[in-house]
Amino acid sequence: MTLRTAAAVAAGKLARAGLQTFGRGATALPGLITLAVDPDAIARMTTGLTRGAVLVSGTNGKTTTSRMLADIVRAAGWSAVHNRAGSNLERGIASALLAESEWGGVTRADVGIFEVDEASVPRVLGRIEPRVVLVTNLFRDQLDRYFEVDQLARRIATSFATLPASTVVVLNADDPIVARLAEGRANTVFFGIDDPAAGGKVPQSISDATHCPRCHHRLAYERVVLAHVGDWHCPNCGLTRPRPDVAATRVELRPGATRLHLSSPAPSAIDPVDVPLPGLYNAYNALAAIAVARAIDISLSTAGRALAAFRPAFGRLEVIEADARRLRLVLVKNPAGFNAATSALLEQGGQHRILAALNDRDADGRDVSWIWDSDYESLVPAVEHAVVTGIRARDLALRFKYAGLPRERMVVVDGWSDAIRRAIDLAPVGGEVVVLTTYTALLSLRHALADMGYVGRFWED
Amino acid sequence: MSASGRMDLRICHLYPDLMCIYGDRGNVIALSQRARWRGIDVAVRELEAGDTLDPDWADFYLFGGGQDIGQDVVSKDLQGPNGDALKRSIAGGAAVLSICGGYQLLGHEYVPAEGPAIPGLSVLDVTTRAGKVRFVGNLLADAPQGPLIGFENHSGYTYLGPKATPLATVRVGHGNNGADKTEGAVQGRTIGTYCHGSVLPKNPWLADMLLAWALERRHGPAILAPLDDIEELAAQRSAAEVAAARP
Repeated sequence: MTLRTAAAVAAGKLARAGLQTFGRGATALPGLITLAVDPDAIARMTTGLTRGAVLVSGTNGKTTTSRMLADIVRAAGWSAVHNRAGSNLERGIASALLAESEWGGVTRADVGIFEVDEASVPRVLGRIEPRVVLVTNLFRDQLDRYFEVDQLARRIATSFATLPASTVVVLNADDPIVARLAEGRANTVFFGIDDPAAGGKVPQSISDATHCPRCHHRLAYERVVLAHVGDWHCPNCGLTRPRPDVAATRVELRPGATRLHLSSPAPSAIDPVDVPLPGLYNAYNALAAIAVARAIDISLSTAGRALAAFRPAFGRLEVIEADARRLRLVLVKNPAGFNAATSALLEQGGQHRILAALNDRDADGRDVSWIWDSDYESLVPAVEHAVVTGIRARDLALRFKYAGLPRERMVVVDGWSDAIRRAIDLAPVGGEVVVLTTYTALLSLRHALADMGYVGRFWED
Repeated sequence: MSASGRMDLRICHLYPDLMCIYGDRGNVIALSQRARWRGIDVAVRELEAGDTLDPDWADFYLFGGGQDIGQDVVSKDLQGPNGDALKRSIAGGAAVLSICGGYQLLGHEYVPAEGPAIPGLSVLDVTTRAGKVRFVGNLLADAPQGPLIGFENHSGYTYLGPKATPLATVRVGHGNNGADKTEGAVQGRTIGTYCHGSVLPKNPWLADMLLAWALERRHGPAILAPLDDIEELAAQRSAAEVAAARP
């Protein structure tokens, strides 16, 4: 530990204490201060992690998967440092380490679980040598900030070249862009869905990988699960979906829950894994967590136990009670995430009351055109009515209009608490409102819900 | 006329899997809906690289932007028979909306920072060169018909020749090249623009201009019934306010 790191950690810890005194979240600023004093602080602080660090990245599912992993390692009896509350840039990781570190700077924990924004992977890999890197999937997302998907994949692949051979790379076999990141890596664990009946209910009109990442020929799909994720191969150069090491041979989707039957290398059957979250995308999140557990030698039974007791993360299907109605918060920030959430609502059936919020701040993506790549046409027949809010509420209302939602079933309400109030008033007692929201709109809605007395501040989680 | 005896519109979406980024497909949705709301039947076909383009079929083409890989595959496809067919179709009266990469490929050529120039179809008298700075942000411009609002994201700088007319004059953002204040190009019934967003939903005047051009090919000059564009104009206004405050 250098004097500089010690000073950096002290500055960060003081900032953290100060922020908490004033009742503010401390998920980013303390880390930012620490990194300003010592840009290498993360490297030094992670030396105390006896079982190493796990990096979780990809477009969708990072937060849910890393929370699942944190639960799994704790179920194995390990202590964990984990950046929460969606602060997944370098400063968020530093803040998480600060919270658990000694004043000297070394963090005392068995394992670090770090959710990393996909554009930040090269930076973070330049700082630390993780034991495991997981990439869940790569979809188009906030193209103004994250580059195009091909370019993003190339940057991640380049940063993988600097990893030691001992680092295990855990990859989604069903995503051709992600699977190709295995090229040149010795230690890989693939996960995927082998259930021939698994497929999204939303037409897969938007895809980022219809062409082979190696030779650019059109890919062939035996089966599409979500967007470009499925059982793929290239008829031209022969690049093929790798055989998953962790595979679900059957996925049972139930209201609010998912049961995964895993393939077993031995003839003896293994118990199915129950995950208390709906939708195919959560099946992938659970498989990713199980694959990482395997990479760090935690048993399937331990992982299964932790997953069965899993609680959703902030804004990821979290349910809030408000005046005898339930608000279900669903973070949607890109077309694949929107289509997956829609698919889950359609699987559930029935007519849904929607509160939809669209912002265009940096963290949301300043370009709101992604709503036109999202399949509102599939959602609208299942919409009873929609309350629309946010900085770009009028763009979103227009999207609903062109998807066929009649004017009388839609209302634009400015102001977060007014929009929440209207959504509650329009729902019957005992009814549910599905809140589809971008990231910064979710933060604002959550603040409004706290001001209205329905929830605590989220950093108290 | 369609089988039902009503007026019909045929839309061809060019390379939707490779050239359709930043919500470009919303333009097909917008044009289709604005036709249907007026009682016009709509048929949409998609053309993938390797398919055969029928120059007599479509009244309207949408040609969106793409990633680098997509533009390589598509430019090769257009250097074959599909390029000739598309030129014939446009000469025969079909209307075109091209955006970003599609706009560039309808010009004379794209000159990258390194390597040989990529030839275009020369449907538009424009040339594009790779620029040093990528233009990313809200784009607000003024056309004679009304305001034009969208979101630009491009590193190609496009320069207009004498046969192409600018679509609009930049108020906020960069437009064709960041220097001459022009945005987009019009030549005959072909339009090029850097507005993603999608461009047609929030700019209904542009959607209806293209719709009228497209219908004219087989149905003669058409007068479009007005639509109630309250939501369109509200979205246009609020996006323009955001663009002015946060370029």
